Amino acid sequence: MFDKANNLSARNFMKSLGKFIIFLGQLFVRRETFATYVHRIVDESIKVGYNSVFIVVIVSAFMGAVTTVQTAYNLISPLIADPIIALVVRDMTLIELAPTITAIVYAGKVGSNIAGEIGTMKITEQVDALEVMGINATSYLVLPKIVASVIMFPLLVIMAGFVSIYGGYLTALFTGVISGTDYILGIQMDFNAFQVIFALIKAVVFGFLVAAISSYKGYFTSGGALEVGQSSTNAVTSSCIAILAGDYILAYMLAPFLTP
Amino acid sequence: MIEVSNISKSFDGKQILYNISVEFEKNKTNMIIGASGTGKSVLLKCIVGLILPDEGKIEFNGRSFANASKELQTEVRREMGMLFQGGALFDSLTVEQNVMFPLNVLTKQSMDEKLDRVNFCLERVGLENANHKMPSEISGGMKKRVGIARAIVTKPNYLFCDEPNSGLDPQTSIKIDNLIKDITDEYEMTTVVVSHDMNSVLEIGDIVNFMHEGRLLWTGPSDDIGNSDVQELNEFVFAGRLMKMVKGK
Repeated sequence: MFDKANNLSARNFMKSLGKFIIFLGQLFVRRETFATYVHRIVDESIKVGYNSVFIVVIVSAFMGAVTTVQTAYNLISPLIADPIIALVVRDMTLIELAPTITAIVYAGKVGSNIAGEIGTMKITEQVDALEVMGINATSYLVLPKIVASVIMFPLLVIMAGFVSIYGGYLTALFTGVISGTDYILGIQMDFNAFQVIFALIKAVVFGFLVAAISSYKGYFTSGGALEVGQSSTNAVTSSCIAILAGDYILAYMLAPFLTP
Repeated sequence: MIEVSNISKSFDGKQILYNISVEFEKNKTNMIIGASGTGKSVLLKCIVGLILPDEGKIEFNGRSFANASKELQTEVRREMGMLFQGGALFDSLTVEQNVMFPLNVLTKQSMDEKLDRVNFCLERVGLENANHKMPSEISGGMKKRVGIARAIVTKPNYLFCDEPNSGLDPQTSIKIDNLIKDITDEYEMTTVVVSHDMNSVLEIGDIVNFMHEGRLLWTGPSDDIGNSDVQELNEFVFAGRLMKMVKGK
Protein backbone atom coordinates (compact mmCIF):
# COMPACT_ATOMS: atom_id res chain seq x y z
CA MET A 1 0.00 0.00 0.00
CA PHE A 2 2.70 2.44 1.13
CA ASP A 3 5.02 1.19 -1.60
CA LYS A 4 2.32 1.92 -4.18
CA ALA A 5 1.81 5.43 -2.78
CA ASN A 6 5.58 6.04 -2.74
CA ASN A 7 5.90 4.80 -6.32
CA LEU A 8 3.10 7.11 -7.39
CA SER A 9 4.67 10.12 -5.64
CA ALA A 10 8.07 9.30 -7.11
CA ARG A 11 6.52 8.96 -10.56
CA ASN A 12 4.66 12.28 -10.18
CA PHE A 13 7.84 13.97 -8.98
CA MET A 14 9.84 12.62 -11.94
CA LYS A 15 7.03 13.65 -14.31
CA SER A 16 7.02 17.20 -12.90
CA LEU A 17 10.82 17.33 -13.04
CA GLY A 18 10.79 16.24 -16.68
CA LYS A 19 8.10 18.82 -17.48
CA PHE A 20 10.16 21.49 -15.69
CA ILE A 21 13.29 20.60 -17.69
CA ILE A 22 11.34 20.71 -20.98
CA PHE A 23 9.89 24.06 -19.87
CA LEU A 24 13.41 25.41 -19.29
CA GLY A 25 14.46 24.05 -22.69
CA GLN A 26 11.66 26.10 -24.29
CA LEU A 27 13.35 29.30 -23.09
CA PHE A 28 16.08 28.95 -25.65
CA VAL A 29 14.14 28.14 -28.81
CA ARG A 30 12.52 30.68 -31.18
CA ARG A 31 14.04 33.61 -29.31
CA GLU A 32 13.18 37.23 -30.02
CA THR A 33 15.71 39.94 -30.83
CA PHE A 34 18.45 40.79 -28.33
CA ALA A 35 17.06 44.33 -27.91
CA THR A 36 13.65 42.93 -26.94
CA TYR A 37 15.24 40.91 -24.16
CA VAL A 38 17.36 43.84 -22.95
CA HIS A 39 14.23 45.98 -22.46
CA ARG A 40 12.39 43.17 -20.75
CA ILE A 41 15.35 42.35 -18.46
CA VAL A 42 15.62 45.99 -17.37
CA ASP A 43 11.88 46.10 -16.59
CA GLU A 44 12.02 42.82 -14.71
CA SER A 45 15.15 43.86 -12.79
CA ILE A 46 13.26 46.86 -11.44
CA LYS A 47 10.35 44.63 -10.46
CA VAL A 48 12.32 41.83 -8.81
CA GLY A 49 15.28 43.83 -7.52
CA TYR A 50 14.54 47.47 -6.83
CA ASN A 51 11.03 46.75 -5.55
CA SER A 52 12.40 44.20 -3.08
CA VAL A 53 14.95 46.55 -1.48
CA PHE A 54 12.64 47.76 1.30
CA ILE A 55 11.62 44.33 2.59
CA VAL A 56 15.19 43.00 2.31
CA VAL A 57 16.56 45.96 4.31
CA ILE A 58 13.96 45.52 7.05
CA VAL A 59 14.46 41.75 7.33
CA SER A 60 18.26 42.02 7.21
CA ALA A 61 18.50 44.75 9.83
CA PHE A 62 16.44 42.73 12.29
CA MET A 63 18.28 39.54 11.33
CA GLY A 64 21.59 41.17 12.31
CA ALA A 65 20.13 42.67 15.48
CA VAL A 66 18.60 39.40 16.69
CA THR A 67 21.71 37.38 15.82
CA THR A 68 23.90 39.79 17.80
CA VAL A 69 21.69 39.77 20.90
CA GLN A 70 21.15 35.99 20.93
CA THR A 71 24.78 35.17 20.25
CA ALA A 72 25.86 37.55 23.03
CA TYR A 73 23.53 35.89 25.56
CA ASN A 74 24.70 32.42 24.52
CA LEU A 75 28.40 33.21 24.77
CA ILE A 76 28.55 34.67 28.26
CA SER A 77 31.78 33.15 29.47
CA PRO A 78 35.03 34.60 30.76
CA LEU A 79 36.84 32.23 28.38
CA ILE A 80 35.26 33.74 25.26
CA ALA A 81 36.41 37.16 24.12
CA ASP A 82 33.70 39.65 23.15
CA PRO A 83 34.86 40.09 19.54
CA ILE A 84 33.95 36.41 18.99
CA ILE A 85 30.29 37.48 19.16
CA ALA A 86 30.79 39.72 16.13
CA LEU A 87 32.76 36.99 14.36
CA VAL A 88 29.84 34.58 14.85
CA VAL A 89 27.38 37.21 13.60
CA ARG A 90 29.53 37.84 10.52
CA ASP A 91 29.99 34.16 9.68
CA MET A 92 26.32 33.32 10.21
CA THR A 93 25.25 36.29 8.16
CA LEU A 94 27.59 35.70 5.24
CA ILE A 95 27.43 31.94 5.03
CA GLU A 96 23.80 31.29 5.85
CA LEU A 97 21.43 34.06 6.86
CA ALA A 98 22.00 36.66 4.14
CA PRO A 99 21.59 34.29 1.19
CA THR A 100 19.11 31.78 2.63
CA ILE A 101 16.74 33.87 4.76
CA THR A 102 16.73 36.60 2.10
CA ALA A 103 15.95 33.92 -0.51
CA ILE A 104 12.95 32.73 1.50
CA VAL A 105 11.68 36.30 1.86
CA TYR A 106 12.38 36.82 -1.85
CA ALA A 107 10.42 33.66 -2.72
CA GLY A 108 7.48 35.00 -0.73
CA LYS A 109 7.51 38.38 -2.40
CA VAL A 110 8.88 37.88 -5.91
CA GLY A 111 8.01 34.19 -6.39
CA SER A 112 4.32 34.68 -5.61
CA ASN A 113 4.27 37.78 -7.80
CA ILE A 114 5.81 35.95 -10.77
CA ALA A 115 3.45 32.98 -10.46
CA GLY A 116 0.44 35.27 -10.01
CA GLU A 117 1.37 37.45 -12.98
CA ILE A 118 2.06 34.60 -15.40
CA GLY A 119 -0.89 32.59 -14.07
CA THR A 120 -3.26 35.50 -14.66
CA MET A 121 -1.82 36.01 -18.14
CA LYS A 122 -2.39 32.34 -18.80
CA ILE A 123 -6.04 32.21 -17.73
CA THR A 124 -6.92 35.49 -19.46
CA GLU A 125 -5.46 34.17 -22.76
CA GLN A 126 -2.67 36.77 -22.83
CA VAL A 127 -0.14 33.95 -23.19
CA ASP A 128 -2.18 32.53 -26.09
CA ALA A 129 -2.23 36.01 -27.65
CA LEU A 130 1.58 36.03 -27.63
CA GLU A 131 1.74 32.58 -29.18
CA VAL A 132 -0.71 33.51 -31.95
CA MET A 133 1.51 36.51 -32.76
CA GLY A 134 4.31 34.03 -33.40
CA ILE A 135 6.14 34.89 -30.19
CA ASN A 136 7.55 32.13 -28.00
CA ALA A 137 5.62 33.10 -24.87
CA THR A 138 7.80 30.98 -22.59
CA SER A 139 10.98 32.62 -23.78
CA TYR A 140 9.51 36.13 -23.99
CA LEU A 141 7.92 36.07 -20.54
CA VAL A 142 10.10 33.78 -18.48
CA LEU A 143 13.69 34.15 -19.71
CA PRO A 144 13.93 37.87 -18.76
CA LYS A 145 12.52 37.09 -15.30
CA ILE A 146 15.14 34.39 -14.71
CA VAL A 147 18.01 36.54 -16.02
CA ALA A 148 16.85 39.53 -13.96
CA SER A 149 16.55 37.37 -10.87
CA VAL A 150 20.00 35.83 -11.34
CA ILE A 151 21.47 39.34 -11.70
CA MET A 152 19.49 41.15 -9.01
CA PHE A 153 19.27 38.58 -6.22
CA PRO A 154 23.06 38.48 -5.61
CA LEU A 155 22.95 42.29 -5.34
CA LEU A 156 20.16 41.99 -2.79
CA VAL A 157 22.23 39.42 -0.87
CA ILE A 158 25.23 41.76 -0.83
CA MET A 159 22.98 44.48 0.53
CA ALA A 160 21.40 42.07 3.03
CA GLY A 161 24.84 41.04 4.31
CA PHE A 162 25.92 44.64 4.75
CA VAL A 163 22.68 45.78 6.42
CA SER A 164 22.62 42.72 8.67
CA ILE A 165 26.17 43.24 9.95
CA TYR A 166 25.52 46.96 10.32
CA GLY A 167 22.24 46.19 12.13
CA GLY A 168 24.23 44.01 14.52
CA TYR A 169 26.67 46.87 15.09
CA LEU A 170 23.87 49.35 15.89
CA THR A 171 22.31 46.80 18.26
CA ALA A 172 25.67 46.35 19.98
CA LEU A 173 25.93 50.11 20.43
CA PHE A 174 22.37 50.63 21.67
CA THR A 175 22.07 47.60 23.96
CA GLY A 176 25.66 47.43 25.16
CA VAL A 177 25.85 43.63 24.79
CA ILE A 178 29.24 44.20 23.18
CA SER A 179 31.20 47.40 22.60
CA GLY A 180 31.42 48.96 19.14
CA THR A 181 35.21 48.54 19.09
CA ASP A 182 34.96 44.82 19.91
CA TYR A 183 32.28 44.40 17.22
CA ILE A 184 34.48 46.05 14.56
CA LEU A 185 37.43 43.95 15.73
CA GLY A 186 35.33 40.78 15.64
CA ILE A 187 33.97 41.20 12.14
CA GLN A 188 37.54 41.60 10.82
CA MET A 189 38.89 38.62 12.74
CA ASP A 190 39.93 35.52 10.71
CA PHE A 191 38.07 36.73 7.67
CA ASN A 192 37.94 34.25 4.82
CA ALA A 193 37.02 35.97 1.53
CA PHE A 194 35.58 32.71 0.20
CA GLN A 195 32.62 33.27 2.52
CA VAL A 196 31.52 36.11 0.23
CA ILE A 197 32.00 33.99 -2.89
CA PHE A 198 30.08 31.19 -1.15
CA ALA A 199 27.21 33.57 -0.41
CA LEU A 200 27.18 34.84 -4.00
CA ILE A 201 27.17 31.30 -5.47
CA LYS A 202 24.19 30.53 -3.25
CA ALA A 203 22.53 33.78 -4.32
CA VAL A 204 22.86 32.98 -8.03
CA VAL A 205 21.44 29.47 -7.51
CA PHE A 206 18.57 30.69 -5.29
CA GLY A 207 17.77 33.56 -7.67
CA PHE A 208 17.49 31.06 -10.51
CA LEU A 209 15.42 28.57 -8.50
CA VAL A 210 12.87 31.14 -7.30
CA ALA A 211 12.30 32.69 -10.74
CA ALA A 212 12.29 29.39 -12.66
CA ILE A 213 10.04 27.47 -10.26
CA SER A 214 7.59 30.36 -9.85
CA SER A 215 7.40 30.92 -13.60
CA TYR A 216 6.81 27.20 -14.13
CA LYS A 217 4.00 27.15 -11.55
CA GLY A 218 2.41 30.23 -13.12
CA TYR A 219 2.78 28.99 -16.68
CA PHE A 220 0.89 25.78 -16.06
CA THR A 221 -2.02 27.45 -14.29
CA SER A 222 -5.43 26.59 -15.66
CA GLY A 223 -8.87 27.50 -14.43
CA GLY A 224 -9.67 30.78 -12.74
CA ALA A 225 -8.78 33.16 -9.92
CA LEU A 226 -8.77 30.35 -7.34
CA GLU A 227 -6.16 28.41 -9.33
CA VAL A 228 -3.99 31.53 -9.72
CA GLY A 229 -3.95 31.85 -5.92
CA GLN A 230 -3.07 28.17 -5.60
CA SER A 231 -0.25 28.56 -8.13
CA SER A 232 1.18 31.47 -6.16
CA THR A 233 1.08 29.46 -2.94
CA ASN A 234 2.61 26.42 -4.64
CA ALA A 235 5.31 28.61 -6.15
CA VAL A 236 6.35 29.90 -2.72
CA THR A 237 6.20 26.44 -1.13
CA SER A 238 8.17 24.74 -3.91
CA SER A 239 10.69 27.58 -4.06
CA CYS A 240 11.31 27.38 -0.30
CA ILE A 241 11.82 23.60 -0.46
CA ALA A 242 14.16 24.00 -3.44
CA ILE A 243 16.09 26.75 -1.63
CA LEU A 244 16.59 24.60 1.47
CA ALA A 245 17.57 21.54 -0.56
CA GLY A 246 19.90 23.66 -2.68
CA ASP A 247 21.35 25.19 0.48
CA TYR A 248 22.19 21.75 1.83
CA ILE A 249 23.73 20.56 -1.44
CA LEU A 250 25.82 23.73 -1.81
CA ALA A 251 26.93 23.56 1.83
CA TYR A 252 27.99 19.95 1.32
CA MET A 253 29.89 20.80 -1.86
CA LEU A 254 31.46 24.11 -0.89
CA ALA A 255 31.99 23.97 2.88
CA PRO A 256 35.39 22.22 2.51
CA PHE A 257 36.66 25.37 0.76
CA LEU A 258 35.82 27.44 3.85
CA THR A 259 38.31 25.71 6.08
CA PRO A 260 41.61 27.57 6.14
CA MET B 1 -7.72 30.06 -47.93
CA ILE B 2 -7.47 27.74 -44.95
CA GLU B 3 -8.07 24.02 -45.48
CA VAL B 4 -8.78 21.80 -42.50
CA SER B 5 -8.76 18.07 -43.26
CA ASN B 6 -9.88 15.27 -40.96
CA ILE B 7 -9.04 16.96 -37.67
CA SER B 8 -9.66 14.92 -34.52
CA LYS B 9 -8.86 15.83 -30.96
CA SER B 10 -9.43 14.22 -27.58
CA PHE B 11 -8.51 15.26 -24.05
CA ASP B 12 -7.90 12.59 -21.38
CA GLY B 13 -9.67 9.98 -23.48
CA LYS B 14 -12.71 12.19 -24.17
CA GLN B 15 -13.21 12.84 -27.85
CA ILE B 16 -13.88 16.54 -28.53
CA LEU B 17 -13.50 16.78 -32.32
CA TYR B 18 -14.45 14.00 -34.74
CA ASN B 19 -12.79 14.00 -38.15
CA ILE B 20 -13.60 17.58 -39.10
CA SER B 21 -12.92 18.81 -42.63
CA VAL B 22 -13.75 22.35 -43.63
CA GLU B 23 -12.49 25.12 -45.91
CA PHE B 24 -12.42 28.78 -44.97
CA GLU B 25 -12.52 31.06 -47.97
CA LYS B 26 -10.56 34.23 -48.57
CA ASN B 27 -12.32 37.60 -48.39
CA LYS B 28 -15.26 36.01 -46.58
CA THR B 29 -16.46 35.89 -43.00
CA ASN B 30 -16.53 32.19 -42.20
CA MET B 31 -18.61 31.43 -39.13
CA ILE B 32 -18.29 28.41 -36.86
CA ILE B 33 -21.44 28.13 -34.81
CA GLY B 34 -22.90 25.70 -32.33
CA ALA B 35 -24.02 25.37 -28.76
CA SER B 36 -21.57 25.72 -25.86
CA GLY B 37 -19.28 22.73 -25.40
CA THR B 38 -19.49 21.49 -28.98
CA GLY B 39 -15.79 22.02 -29.67
CA LYS B 40 -15.88 25.31 -31.62
CA SER B 41 -13.12 26.97 -29.60
CA VAL B 42 -11.04 23.77 -29.60
CA LEU B 43 -11.29 23.68 -33.41
CA LEU B 44 -10.24 27.34 -33.59
CA LYS B 45 -7.31 26.72 -31.25
CA CYS B 46 -6.26 23.74 -33.38
CA ILE B 47 -6.36 25.97 -36.46
CA VAL B 48 -4.17 28.69 -34.93
CA GLY B 49 -1.82 26.10 -33.44
CA LEU B 50 -2.54 26.63 -29.76
CA ILE B 51 -3.69 23.01 -29.52
CA LEU B 52 -2.05 20.21 -31.47
CA PRO B 53 -4.69 17.97 -33.11
CA ASP B 54 -4.37 14.20 -32.68
CA GLU B 55 -4.96 13.63 -36.38
CA GLY B 56 -5.51 15.61 -39.54
CA LYS B 57 -3.99 18.39 -41.57
CA ILE B 58 -4.33 22.17 -41.62
CA GLU B 59 -3.08 24.18 -44.57
CA PHE B 60 -2.76 27.94 -44.93
CA ASN B 61 -2.65 28.70 -48.66
CA GLY B 62 -1.14 25.28 -49.26
CA ARG B 63 1.36 25.50 -46.39
CA SER B 64 0.93 22.65 -43.94
CA PHE B 65 0.68 24.05 -40.42
CA ALA B 66 -0.43 21.62 -37.70
CA ASN B 67 2.63 19.38 -37.83
CA ALA B 68 5.03 21.88 -39.38
CA SER B 69 8.35 22.92 -37.83
CA LYS B 70 8.23 25.61 -35.15
CA GLU B 71 9.90 28.03 -37.58
CA LEU B 72 7.23 27.55 -40.27
CA GLN B 73 4.50 27.80 -37.63
CA THR B 74 6.01 31.09 -36.47
CA GLU B 75 6.12 32.35 -40.07
CA VAL B 76 2.44 31.49 -40.62
CA ARG B 77 1.41 32.84 -37.24
CA ARG B 78 2.92 36.20 -38.09
CA GLU B 79 0.30 36.43 -40.82
CA MET B 80 -2.48 35.90 -38.29
CA GLY B 81 -4.47 38.26 -36.12
CA MET B 82 -6.70 37.00 -33.37
CA LEU B 83 -9.42 38.53 -31.27
CA PHE B 84 -9.87 36.61 -28.05
CA GLN B 85 -13.08 36.17 -26.10
CA GLY B 86 -11.97 38.47 -23.26
CA GLY B 87 -9.82 40.70 -25.44
CA ALA B 88 -6.58 39.27 -23.93
CA LEU B 89 -5.07 42.73 -23.68
CA PHE B 90 -1.81 42.98 -21.74
CA ASP B 91 -2.81 44.45 -18.38
CA SER B 92 0.43 46.30 -17.77
CA LEU B 93 0.38 48.15 -21.12
CA THR B 94 -1.72 51.10 -22.26
CA VAL B 95 -4.12 50.79 -25.19
CA GLU B 96 -1.50 52.34 -27.49
CA GLN B 97 1.25 50.01 -26.22
CA ASN B 98 -1.05 47.01 -26.61
CA VAL B 99 -1.77 47.83 -30.24
CA MET B 100 1.89 48.67 -30.90
CA PHE B 101 3.10 45.46 -29.26
CA PRO B 102 3.11 43.23 -32.40
CA LEU B 103 4.90 45.98 -34.34
CA ASN B 104 7.57 46.28 -31.63
CA VAL B 105 8.25 42.59 -31.57
CA LEU B 106 7.68 41.58 -35.17
CA THR B 107 8.86 44.58 -37.24
CA LYS B 108 11.75 46.97 -37.44
CA GLN B 109 9.68 50.10 -38.17
CA SER B 110 10.66 53.46 -36.72
CA MET B 111 8.69 54.83 -33.78
CA ASP B 112 6.95 57.41 -36.04
CA GLU B 113 5.85 54.71 -38.48
CA LYS B 114 4.59 52.54 -35.66
CA LEU B 115 2.69 55.42 -34.06
CA ASP B 116 1.08 56.32 -37.39
CA ARG B 117 -0.06 52.76 -37.89
CA VAL B 118 -1.33 52.43 -34.30
CA ASN B 119 -3.28 55.68 -34.55
CA PHE B 120 -4.73 54.60 -37.90
CA CYS B 121 -5.88 51.28 -36.44
CA LEU B 122 -7.32 52.87 -33.31
CA GLU B 123 -9.16 55.39 -35.47
CA ARG B 124 -10.39 52.55 -37.66
CA VAL B 125 -12.03 50.87 -34.66
CA GLY B 126 -13.37 54.17 -33.34
CA LEU B 127 -11.01 54.68 -30.41
CA GLU B 128 -9.24 57.92 -31.35
CA ASN B 129 -8.76 59.23 -27.82
CA ALA B 130 -8.05 56.07 -25.88
CA ASN B 131 -4.29 55.82 -26.53
CA HIS B 132 -3.17 56.33 -22.97
CA LYS B 133 -5.91 54.45 -21.15
CA MET B 134 -5.12 51.21 -19.34
CA PRO B 135 -7.19 48.08 -20.17
CA SER B 136 -8.72 48.24 -16.68
CA GLU B 137 -10.10 51.72 -17.46
CA ILE B 138 -12.08 50.77 -20.58
CA SER B 139 -15.35 48.92 -21.14
CA GLY B 140 -15.78 45.38 -22.49
CA GLY B 141 -16.76 46.68 -25.92
CA MET B 142 -13.73 48.97 -26.05
CA LYS B 143 -11.48 46.06 -25.05
CA LYS B 144 -12.82 44.08 -28.00
CA ARG B 145 -12.17 47.01 -30.32
CA VAL B 146 -8.61 47.38 -28.99
CA GLY B 147 -8.26 43.63 -29.55
CA ILE B 148 -9.37 44.08 -33.16
CA ALA B 149 -6.97 47.01 -33.62
CA ARG B 150 -4.12 44.88 -32.26
CA ALA B 151 -5.14 41.98 -34.50
CA ILE B 152 -5.06 44.06 -37.69
CA VAL B 153 -2.07 46.28 -36.92
CA THR B 154 0.33 43.99 -38.80
CA LYS B 155 -2.08 43.73 -41.78
CA PRO B 156 -2.65 39.99 -41.38
CA ASN B 157 -3.93 37.61 -44.05
CA TYR B 158 -6.02 35.67 -41.56
CA LEU B 159 -8.25 36.98 -38.80
CA PHE B 160 -9.64 34.72 -36.09
CA CYS B 161 -12.32 35.85 -33.65
CA ASP B 162 -13.37 33.77 -30.66
CA GLU B 163 -16.84 34.80 -29.49
CA PRO B 164 -16.30 38.46 -30.46
CA ASN B 165 -19.52 39.70 -28.90
CA SER B 166 -19.83 37.58 -25.79
CA GLY B 167 -20.73 39.73 -22.81
CA LEU B 168 -21.67 42.74 -24.93
CA ASP B 169 -25.00 44.51 -25.26
CA PRO B 170 -26.86 44.02 -28.58
CA GLN B 171 -25.93 47.45 -30.01
CA THR B 172 -22.23 47.10 -29.22
CA SER B 173 -22.34 43.53 -30.56
CA ILE B 174 -23.63 44.77 -33.90
CA LYS B 175 -20.91 47.45 -34.01
CA ILE B 176 -18.22 44.84 -33.37
CA ASP B 177 -19.75 42.48 -35.95
CA ASN B 178 -19.87 45.19 -38.58
CA LEU B 179 -16.32 46.18 -37.80
CA ILE B 180 -15.15 42.60 -38.36
CA LYS B 181 -17.08 42.41 -41.62
CA ASP B 182 -15.76 45.77 -42.89
CA ILE B 183 -12.19 44.93 -41.96
CA THR B 184 -12.45 41.54 -43.69
CA ASP B 185 -13.55 43.25 -46.91
CA GLU B 186 -11.02 46.07 -46.57
CA TYR B 187 -7.97 43.83 -45.98
CA GLU B 188 -9.24 40.94 -48.13
CA MET B 189 -8.61 38.56 -45.26
CA THR B 190 -9.72 35.04 -44.54
CA THR B 191 -11.80 35.61 -41.42
CA VAL B 192 -12.98 32.84 -39.11
CA VAL B 193 -15.47 33.76 -36.39
CA VAL B 194 -16.56 31.42 -33.63
CA SER B 195 -19.93 32.41 -32.23
CA HIS B 196 -23.18 31.12 -30.86
CA ASP B 197 -24.97 34.40 -31.44
CA MET B 198 -27.55 34.10 -34.22
CA ASN B 199 -27.60 37.87 -34.72
CA SER B 200 -23.91 37.75 -35.60
CA VAL B 201 -24.43 34.84 -37.94
CA LEU B 202 -27.12 36.64 -39.88
CA GLU B 203 -25.39 40.03 -39.69
CA ILE B 204 -21.91 39.15 -40.94
CA GLY B 205 -21.69 35.45 -41.81
CA ASP B 206 -20.92 34.64 -45.44
CA ILE B 207 -20.36 30.93 -44.94
CA VAL B 208 -21.68 29.17 -41.86
CA ASN B 209 -20.31 25.93 -40.39
CA PHE B 210 -22.52 24.32 -37.76
CA MET B 211 -20.96 22.03 -35.17
CA HIS B 212 -22.76 19.66 -32.85
CA GLU B 213 -21.10 17.38 -30.28
CA GLY B 214 -17.69 17.64 -31.95
CA ARG B 215 -18.94 16.99 -35.48
CA LEU B 216 -19.45 19.37 -38.38
CA LEU B 217 -23.07 18.82 -39.37
CA TRP B 218 -23.81 21.57 -41.87
CA THR B 219 -21.95 24.06 -44.08
CA GLY B 220 -23.57 26.64 -46.31
CA PRO B 221 -24.31 30.31 -46.96
CA SER B 222 -25.92 32.14 -44.05
CA ASP B 223 -28.99 32.88 -46.19
CA ASP B 224 -29.77 29.15 -46.35
CA ILE B 225 -29.46 28.54 -42.64
CA GLY B 226 -33.21 28.62 -42.02
CA ASN B 227 -33.94 26.15 -44.81
CA SER B 228 -31.75 23.35 -43.57
CA ASP B 229 -33.15 19.90 -42.91
CA VAL B 230 -30.59 19.21 -40.18
CA GLN B 231 -32.65 18.90 -37.03
CA GLU B 232 -29.86 19.94 -34.63
CA LEU B 233 -29.24 23.09 -36.68
CA ASN B 234 -32.92 23.99 -36.72
CA GLU B 235 -33.12 23.48 -32.96
CA PHE B 236 -30.09 25.71 -32.50
CA VAL B 237 -31.19 28.45 -34.90
CA PHE B 238 -34.75 28.66 -33.69
CA ALA B 239 -34.04 28.22 -29.98
CA GLY B 240 -34.58 31.90 -29.22
CA ARG B 241 -38.01 33.48 -29.03
CA LEU B 242 -37.11 36.14 -31.58
CA MET B 243 -36.02 33.56 -34.15
CA LYS B 244 -39.17 31.54 -33.47
CA MET B 245 -41.21 34.66 -34.24
CA VAL B 246 -39.23 35.19 -37.45
CA LYS B 247 -39.87 31.56 -38.41
CA GLY B 248 -43.59 31.96 -37.65
CA LYS B 249 -43.84 34.89 -40.01
